[in-house]
Amino acid sequence: MPPHPALVPALLRIGDDRLVLGHRTSEWCGHAPILEEDVALVNIALDLIGQANLVLQHAGALEGTGRDQDALAFFREAVEFRNALLCELPKGDFGVTIVRHFFHSLFSVLQWEALSRSADTTLAGIAAKALKESRYHARHSGGWVIRLGDGTDESHRRAQEAVDALWSYTGELFMQPANEADLVSAGLTPDVSTLEPAWRAQVDDVLRRATLRVPEVVWMQRGGRDGRHTEHLGHMLAEMQIVARSHPGAQW
Amino acid sequence: MTQSPAERSWPLWEVFTQSKEGEPHQHAGSVHATDAEHALQNARDVYARRNEAVNLWVVPSVVITASTPEDVGPFFDPANDKAYRHPQFYKVPKGVKVF
Amino acid sequence: MTTTSTASEDSSRLAQFEARIAADESIEPKDWMPERYRKQLIRMMAQHAHSEVVGMLPEGNWITRAPTLRRKMVLLAKVQDEAGHGLYIYCGTETLGVDRHDLVQELLDGKAKYSSIFNYPTLTWADIGAIGWLVDGAAIVNQTMLAKASFGPYARAMVRICKEENFHKRQGYEIMATLARGTGAQRAMAQDALNRWWWPSLMMFGPHDKDSTNSDELMRWGIKRKSNDELRQRFVNMTIVQAQAIDLTVPDADLKYNEMTGDWETGPIDWDEFWRVVKGNGPCNKERLDARRKADADGAWVRAAASAYVEKHA
Repeated sequence: MPPHPALVPALLRIGDDRLVLGHRTSEWCGHAPILEEDVALVNIALDLIGQANLVLQHAGALEGTGRDQDALAFFREAVEFRNALLCELPKGDFGVTIVRHFFHSLFSVLQWEALSRSADTTLAGIAAKALKESRYHARHSGGWVIRLGDGTDESHRRAQEAVDALWSYTGELFMQPANEADLVSAGLTPDVSTLEPAWRAQVDDVLRRATLRVPEVVWMQRGGRDGRHTEHLGHMLAEMQIVARSHPGAQW
Repeated sequence: MTQSPAERSWPLWEVFTQSKEGEPHQHAGSVHATDAEHALQNARDVYARRNEAVNLWVVPSVVITASTPEDVGPFFDPANDKAYRHPQFYKVPKGVKVF
Repeated sequence: MTTTSTASEDSSRLAQFEARIAADESIEPKDWMPERYRKQLIRMMAQHAHSEVVGMLPEGNWITRAPTLRRKMVLLAKVQDEAGHGLYIYCGTETLGVDRHDLVQELLDGKAKYSSIFNYPTLTWADIGAIGWLVDGAAIVNQTMLAKASFGPYARAMVRICKEENFHKRQGYEIMATLARGTGAQRAMAQDALNRWWWPSLMMFGPHDKDSTNSDELMRWGIKRKSNDELRQRFVNMTIVQAQAIDLTVPDADLKYNEMTGDWETGPIDWDEFWRVVKGNGPCNKERLDARRKADADGAWVRAAASAYVEKHA
């Protein structure tokens, strides 16, 4: 099957989520609550950046204008990024980091599962590998959500605050672009809106075990998928891209 | 310092890794963790970063009983002179390969 | 087994112990050992573990700015290894009957030392190359020797660490080599990093043998197998050739090759600088300890939560 041109924006959403979230996770390196957790968080960051590397490489190849994964990562402006807002928020305390991973990794498991059946065999291969990694991330973060939620008064309060602060950013994960019906019918990507019920059931189950409550929310934040980001992404990218952009054309 | 003076490390767990299916588990080191599942995750992250393991055991360090160095003689020397426990002790007619 | 020990018993045990050391036997945690051996090991191993952990900070400083995704992943994996290596060594130290929490507390209280090299700042991307090449290069020379240390858990941790650190030096040298044949700005960055990291790397091996207070004892007990100066010379001989191969210049006007010995002889090391940094007045001593204290303080509620959860559900 010849590559489908509309697949490139879809791949950017997938790749940018992992790149930006992986970057945020990498900020913990050397600063985690305990040494074992430094190692664990870096493993997660490495998995995510590794996934981004493969997906963006594939996107660059399909795009066919000579941009590789590094050109896409280091030489795009914030408005050209397509990650969900959830991924770019500052790393916050360990509670925020864990709750975000929990929300995103459960989504990722479902998304990779569906993508592992993609008609694009390269993408399906990436997804099959990434699925295993995301399953582990969900196990790691789920365990911590329960420990923090059902730990001390302070950890319960912080975990609930993290859930409350991040909840309105979860809806965007399941917003399916209106113009991608043909990608779905061609079996290339799933309709992400169909993943929400399974995600919600797992989230409810873990939050209940963690003695945490699901917030009531009327408005789900959105914009990242269209390049309308929070103010945080620009700062993050300024840091991430500074060396690469200071030496255009250089090899590293 | 916000740390309470009463803080102790989480319990210590000994980690055993199996490098390939069919191989024995070998001691790799230890991790601190609150419970068994937590210890398994920490062991996976710390001792299996380079495909070193297909399976992990974690055991609370406190439940391991070891023989003491003073036991070396009484425990292990008696096994030295019991050659009949080794197959080489027995003669097999030349040319028989069934063993 | 007797529970009381007399002086003569102790001296015969000491003789036995020293005979085992002389016979290159491995001492295990539950074996009898002189109290001084135990103390020296705890001090040295904890210091080594602290160095791994503090050592995450200068390189961690560039993770978020690594110029390609490949470099970012390599650097993350390397700094992660340092956390892992800190863990291995702490766990080896705990076999001597100390608790990691207490060891870490000594670091945070400023009572325990760690390698002074990590009190220097990482100012450009080239510093990541220089650290991998020089600092890890020096560490490997030292750790290869320690892999034969008389204390089993320390030696075994070193074997594992040496195996894993193989890539650390190579990735650093690869960065330096790439920069050295890159643009003019990259080349200048590489040379500047070498200029700043060269002398501190030589200081990593510690004072000259004649001025080293702990060395005799550590060598007598087989914890160390080679002297500071021997190890430093080995490192210099290796590194000069590597610098030449990528056309960078070691910042030492007195450097000369001795045809007789086959050694590269360096000019004098600035020991005033060494002691100044050891005693707390390096460029980053305060930042490094503050960062570790902050991580520890910020993480206290997390560690407490996990303990509380288990108590509730035990």
